[in-house]
Amino acid sequence: MTDDAPKTRLRRLEPAAIGGVMSRELANFRTYWRGTTFSSVLEPIVYLLAFGLGLSATLVDEVAGVPYVQYVGTGMVATAVIFSSALPAMFGTFVKHRFQNTYDAILAAPVDVEELVSAEMLWIGLRASVYGCVPLLVTIGFGLDPMPGMLLTPLFALATALGFAGFGVAMAATVAKIDQFNYVTALFVTPLFLVSGAFFPIDELPQGVQIVAQLNPLHQLVELVRGGAFGYEAVDLLRFAGLVAFALVMWRIAVSRMSKRLID
Amino acid sequence: MAAIELRGVVKRFGPITAVDGLDLDVPEGICLGLLGPNGAGKSTTMRLLTGQALPDAGELRALGHELPDDSKAARAEMGVVPQLDNLDVDVTVEDNLAVFARLYRVPDVGAAVDRALDLARLRERRRDAVDELSGGMRRRLLLARGLVHEPRLVLLDEPTVGLDPQIRTQVWTLIDDLRSRGTTILMSTHYIEEAERLADEVALMAKGRVISRGRPAELIVEHAGRETAEIYAPPDRLAEARAIAEADGLRVRPAGPAIAIVGSERAGNGAVPDDAVRRAASLEDVFVLLTGEEAE
Repeated sequence: MTDDAPKTRLRRLEPAAIGGVMSRELANFRTYWRGTTFSSVLEPIVYLLAFGLGLSATLVDEVAGVPYVQYVGTGMVATAVIFSSALPAMFGTFVKHRFQNTYDAILAAPVDVEELVSAEMLWIGLRASVYGCVPLLVTIGFGLDPMPGMLLTPLFALATALGFAGFGVAMAATVAKIDQFNYVTALFVTPLFLVSGAFFPIDELPQGVQIVAQLNPLHQLVELVRGGAFGYEAVDLLRFAGLVAFALVMWRIAVSRMSKRLID
Repeated sequence: MAAIELRGVVKRFGPITAVDGLDLDVPEGICLGLLGPNGAGKSTTMRLLTGQALPDAGELRALGHELPDDSKAARAEMGVVPQLDNLDVDVTVEDNLAVFARLYRVPDVGAAVDRALDLARLRERRRDAVDELSGGMRRRLLLARGLVHEPRLVLLDEPTVGLDPQIRTQVWTLIDDLRSRGTTILMSTHYIEEAERLADEVALMAKGRVISRGRPAELIVEHAGRETAEIYAPPDRLAEARAIAEADGLRVRPAGPAIAIVGSERAGNGAVPDDAVRRAASLEDVFVLLTGEEAE
């Protein structure tokens, strides 16, 4: 390059920058994908055996007219999504920033914080949307009829995972020490998981909890996945729009929090 | 055109002023050593140049780009070698390089990786994970990663800090090779020998500003004269020798267990003891005199 080279300002959200950051994630993923995939497949099988077959054989046969094993299996898509998006985003981001200094290296290249956060969220979202479908496939193995509507499950899982990835990145930029994630898990992740309607219907819960559950993106995902398996309703469009809005809001919060953390 | 131009740059962290009205020009094609003790503001200056810190006041330009507004375009033409090893340790050597070739938008990633592997002399280890490499190999890889896009300007932040002498020499060879090819280098260091061996010019930093600048030999003559006399003796005798030298108008600095009388060629009769060890004045003398800190 010469001194006379045009001094062009690079654009925001360049695909090359986002792709470059994601290629780093892919290079790392190739070193640990076996363990992650093994646990992602085994976990729903164990849950379905324990909750689905165990409970349905002794206490619960059907919920809302659906065999309990299929009820739990479809609900577990949401649990797989939150655990493969929020937690990796929290811990992964914190470790890369504080312990590995990875972000210092990336931001020294022509990549800005918005591109870095977007790439991290997109990578985690895509990965979680794939792993989120595993419980559904396992439940098909346990007798759930495959339906065309299920083909939309990766899309619903992606929107939800992007939102929770943004949440995790924002939390990683907020906490001072890694053990403070215990508060985040206890106060947000576990309650959201429990009132998602994955294991039991929320309409039996107290009124206040039901309202919270309606605001819970995970509950909306559960309803959408069950819509794919047992028939969609018109309100499902609204549910999906809500998940997209959740992802967009979390994206902006994550970018803002990380900018404060990474740029002195 | 200067590769780097800083005018009156100020950076504060709460009550601490890390960079305090810094003026600095780095002409193209030279290696400028930014020499100073810990806390002098060297690393903050580096972060200001990569857009990872925003100035509270002043003007910054790198390769003709205004910073921080046009920082991304500037970074596309810069290479940065950090103080800390932040390689991806589970990933192969070539994948570490390929990721950064993509981040820098290099059109032919494969060719850039091959070139960087040759530079780091790691072609044979390209498919090994980084955690299988020795410390010296990792440091060479870190340097090659910062050069994978053949930048016009390279920022080296304490490139050999914490390394053993053998690895340090390997890294110096690489930096010297880079310098001989005309790449502009800004190298922060607190190792005197590193600055003396590699830098065309040295800017001595303390308390967030440049307190002196020039070629190492010029700085030595300007601030330390031609000769330094070192005295090794018990503390009470050192105190006595110091008092005599200072009464003769000479400057005296601590030198570990000894004291060093700087500019001893100008000493009057009896101002320097006969058993003093006389040697040529050095950049270390300048560093200690101007910063008040012991050199490393």
